[in-house]
Amino acid sequence: MTAARPLLRHVWLVFLALAAVAPWIVSPYELSLLGRFLALSILALGLVLVWGEAGILTLGQGVFFGLGGYVLAMHLKLAPLTPGEIPDFMTWSGRSELPWWWQPFTSPRVAMAAVIVVPGVCAALFAWAVFRRRVVGVYFALITQALALCFATLLVSQQESTGGFNGLTDFSTLLGFDLAAKGTVWTLYWITVAFVTLSFLGLRWLMRSRFGTMLRATRDGENRVRFLGHNPTPYKVVAFTISAMLAGIGGALFTLHAGVVSPALVGVVPSIEMVIWVAVGGRGSLWGAVAGTLLVNFAKDEISSALPDAWLYVLGLVFILVVTLMPRGVAGVIEDVFRRLRPVSPGGKVAAITSPAGGTP
Amino acid sequence: MGELPLIAGQVFNSFSVASLFVLAALGLALSFGLMRVINMAHGEMLMLGGYLAYLVFLAVPGPLAIFVAMPVAFVGAALVGAALEVTVIRRLAARPLDTLLATWGVSLILQQAARSIFGAIGVGVTAPAWLNHTIAITNGPLAGLTIPATRIFIVAVAVAVLGALSLLLARTRIGLLVRAVNQDREMAAASGINVRQVDLAVFCLGAGIAGLAGVVLALLGPVTPNVGQSYIVPAFLVVILGGLGSLAGTMIAAVLAGLVSALSQIFVDVSSSQVLVLLFVVLFLQFRPQGVIAVRSRALDG
Repeated sequence: MTAARPLLRHVWLVFLALAAVAPWIVSPYELSLLGRFLALSILALGLVLVWGEAGILTLGQGVFFGLGGYVLAMHLKLAPLTPGEIPDFMTWSGRSELPWWWQPFTSPRVAMAAVIVVPGVCAALFAWAVFRRRVVGVYFALITQALALCFATLLVSQQESTGGFNGLTDFSTLLGFDLAAKGTVWTLYWITVAFVTLSFLGLRWLMRSRFGTMLRATRDGENRVRFLGHNPTPYKVVAFTISAMLAGIGGALFTLHAGVVSPALVGVVPSIEMVIWVAVGGRGSLWGAVAGTLLVNFAKDEISSALPDAWLYVLGLVFILVVTLMPRGVAGVIEDVFRRLRPVSPGGKVAAITSPAGGTP
Repeated sequence: MGELPLIAGQVFNSFSVASLFVLAALGLALSFGLMRVINMAHGEMLMLGGYLAYLVFLAVPGPLAIFVAMPVAFVGAALVGAALEVTVIRRLAARPLDTLLATWGVSLILQQAARSIFGAIGVGVTAPAWLNHTIAITNGPLAGLTIPATRIFIVAVAVAVLGALSLLLARTRIGLLVRAVNQDREMAAASGINVRQVDLAVFCLGAGIAGLAGVVLALLGPVTPNVGQSYIVPAFLVVILGGLGSLAGTMIAAVLAGLVSALSQIFVDVSSSQVLVLLFVVLFLQFRPQGVIAVRSRALDG
């Protein structure tokens, strides 16, 4: 299918180069936004795997985003303290010692491993329990939404150990680097770009492998897959787990860029907004997911600062229009345009052979 | 006050919570059974009912305003439901997950509209005097138990709605059509039933019931733009627990969820009890993934 679009094949390299030199081009404020949104797009890439490829709509991705963000934030709160000290907000809530589950995060290595391990393990257990009993489709979506609600409510209610509604904020150092220094900010930005690229390439490889074929087969006819003698459950559990790990990485990087993680970023509403980034970009397309995330979030930033009341109307309309009129998102529209321009590829094959649901990018 | 009245109070409480769950979930369960779609804007039908109740209470003072508010809220929510069905849901009927996202968009717009019209803070309805008192039990083993009259009223409304709905489904011609489409959509269409109209009617009915639930909610607390959101997630869980579009299943599931929620609140705080309800649902699905009552069907997927 790449033969039909020789131009598009290497376009991503141009974008990567642009992203890499961005710190010299844009203002510090814009760079901070770009860093945040690129971190979010790692999560969006994971959604392409689980929603676009496997057809599993999850409305609880904020939970894994939050787990990644909170475990790193816990380390960031502990990093500047001397042994025996506890974070300031705990003292204000009348706590005198560190909860036992905060203890391991004193070590930066543990915290960084936990960014991937904690969301991964939680997602695997949850997905296994639910997919094993063949809970699919709308049922699964609603259960994950309840999960997001519970997670956010728990965070708010456990004020003295999670920072409650305000979340965790006011970070100063990571691994001895000053988080406010320009060098650290730029390095973090490049690390984020690197993670986006790695996730992109990794997922593209995964989606072109037999694993990806199984996911698409499960999406299009789970029972047929079973009749052919395969068990789709492990594939779905692995896909969901990978997407949760990516969400965790995204959450941790976002926390570093934004300097805060709070329940308002992980509950029901943000979780479903994450899905709309991918829907706008194109659920079947990896580059579409990144583009959609940047597009929606920059639009949100512009509109909600100019006309605060208008943003929710716009977002609501985007939900309705994208889903009804362009289910394959911006990526689908662009692919259609290219296909129309070049109906027959040089090899003589008909270009329109890719699946209508949007194959690999 | 001993253990017994406390537990009895929570059991009664769980029935009034369950009544709200039933009223909120019935419409969802009905249209889910029929069309396999979930309307994420269903919570906003509750909100709409609440605001309509507020307006009626302003326009018609007096002790019986609530009996004006209920039909107004029912019709108002049903009309908005009809508009939603015709413009959005019908177009997406074959894509249930996309319906979910599109109706979420509708829900955002309705919430923001309510915020623009009524303000973000919320408006209140004063319950009429005949509802605004508590019944206290002073002797016997349950001495010390108090039951607010509004909670009894909520249970009564839920029972009345359930009764009327079962009669409608079991005894009337429209009920017959609904059951036919529910069992086998293609066969029903082949025998000349206008399935689209049945879909529309059921959707309106469900939205109307949610509007009624909104009136009842307005008696309990202030009506805010996101009042629907706080009831809708438990209502979704009730639908999942109940099984595909089964009326009895929805009722049993609501009582189960209400019991778990209210009884666990004796031991833990509200937010932890929410987590327990979700855990209960996930555990329950391990044993009965098809819900409390499974409607038999020959369909392979669904």
